[in-house]
Amino acid sequence: MKIQILGTGCPKCKTLYRNAQEAVASLGLSAEVEKIEDIQQIIKFGVMSTPSLAVDGKVKVTGKVASVDEIKAMLV
Amino acid sequence: MATKPATLSSPENVGSIQPTRTGERLKSVLSLLAGGALWWAAHSHLTAFSQWLTYRVFGLAAGTHLSSSVEFFVFEAPKVLMLLLLVVFGVGIIRTFFTPERTRLLLAGRRESVGNILAAMLGIVTPFCSCSAVPLFLGFVESGIPLGVTFSFLIAAPVINEVALILLFSVFGLKVAAVYVGLGLAIAVTAGAIIGRLKMERYLEPWVMEVRMGPVAVTDEQLTWDGRMRAGAHAVREIVGRIWLFVLVGIAVGAAIHGYVPMGALAAIMGKSAWWSVPAAVLLGIALYSNAAGVIPILGALLEKGASLGTALAFVMAVIAISLPEIVILRKILKPQLIAVFVGVVSVGIIIVGYVFNALF
Repeated sequence: MKIQILGTGCPKCKTLYRNAQEAVASLGLSAEVEKIEDIQQIIKFGVMSTPSLAVDGKVKVTGKVASVDEIKAMLV
Repeated sequence: MATKPATLSSPENVGSIQPTRTGERLKSVLSLLAGGALWWAAHSHLTAFSQWLTYRVFGLAAGTHLSSSVEFFVFEAPKVLMLLLLVVFGVGIIRTFFTPERTRLLLAGRRESVGNILAAMLGIVTPFCSCSAVPLFLGFVESGIPLGVTFSFLIAAPVINEVALILLFSVFGLKVAAVYVGLGLAIAVTAGAIIGRLKMERYLEPWVMEVRMGPVAVTDEQLTWDGRMRAGAHAVREIVGRIWLFVLVGIAVGAAIHGYVPMGALAAIMGKSAWWSVPAAVLLGIALYSNAAGVIPILGALLEKGASLGTALAFVMAVIAISLPEIVILRKILKPQLIAVFVGVVSVGIIIVGYVFNALF
């Protein structure tokens, strides 16, 4: 499983990244959490608001910091 | 997705978890009602509370500089914070109906004039953070929305925001807040129209026009009323959590001015007679990267001491509309010439608004 955090490096993006890592760790998954900061790549996902989160290439959250619990619900 | 998490309340799994959802909804409706009643009770006792605290608890003598400052603070601070809680919660709920992706769909294929007006209005309700300005800009331009229409959105979104409006309303009253919205929209529409007319497309960074956006992402997020209320609560935590300190410091400075600065002291430098005060306020507002939440309460106190409303509001608009960090972000996609035009057109608009306000009030 691959989780991608889309954001140009603002504080909110970093929070979302940490939440995703925490969600993965607490579920004991072997998922890769990756940060994508390049704007041209971000736009390819079809999102216009950051931070966003994609699981296996499918965008799950746009424009907000999802909580650890919310991310966990997306990964189960 | 084959394995859909059961916690997402999409239509197909509503049946299976109906009982808990009804219970949850009842709980959130009840807590909303209780919260509202508590809010109302507290709000209607604020004047009595501030006087009781100032004169009985602190034991200050009436009519001194200090007691006048303290009473101002203990009245204004809870009043503004309570209004913030209420409105940010409400706006957080409204914003769940608007996403940048949907706004883009609404704007695609619009003619310039209608597009500018619609874009400025959507700018008010669409969730926007200056850190998303670049992907939003790219998404708009890529779908063929004219540059000028995109700018109308980008100008209105920060200028007319709920925090500034609440503070303007609670410091200056409903009429001023309403005129602010009207003139803010006018600036966004006109500035966008001018930028569109100037045909500035060649001053975008070359790669911008070649960006190909992927198909618009549709998230299967919850759109139930419970989910919307959670979004409202989330907005309160995030926005009020970020600005409450600015608000308190602003009110404290305002309180000090209220109690200690003599009446009319500022008429000469910030009053209507000083014609240069409007452009000076705009220049200062651009240079100063500050938080409108902290600035507006101070302006309220300055106004009492002889500053004029137009000058004060021009300053607020300049602080919000144009900031150095935003320019740095936009520089990734705009060439310096276009940034100069953007800053120039918006500042001139704000200066005009300042003079209009001074003439009206």
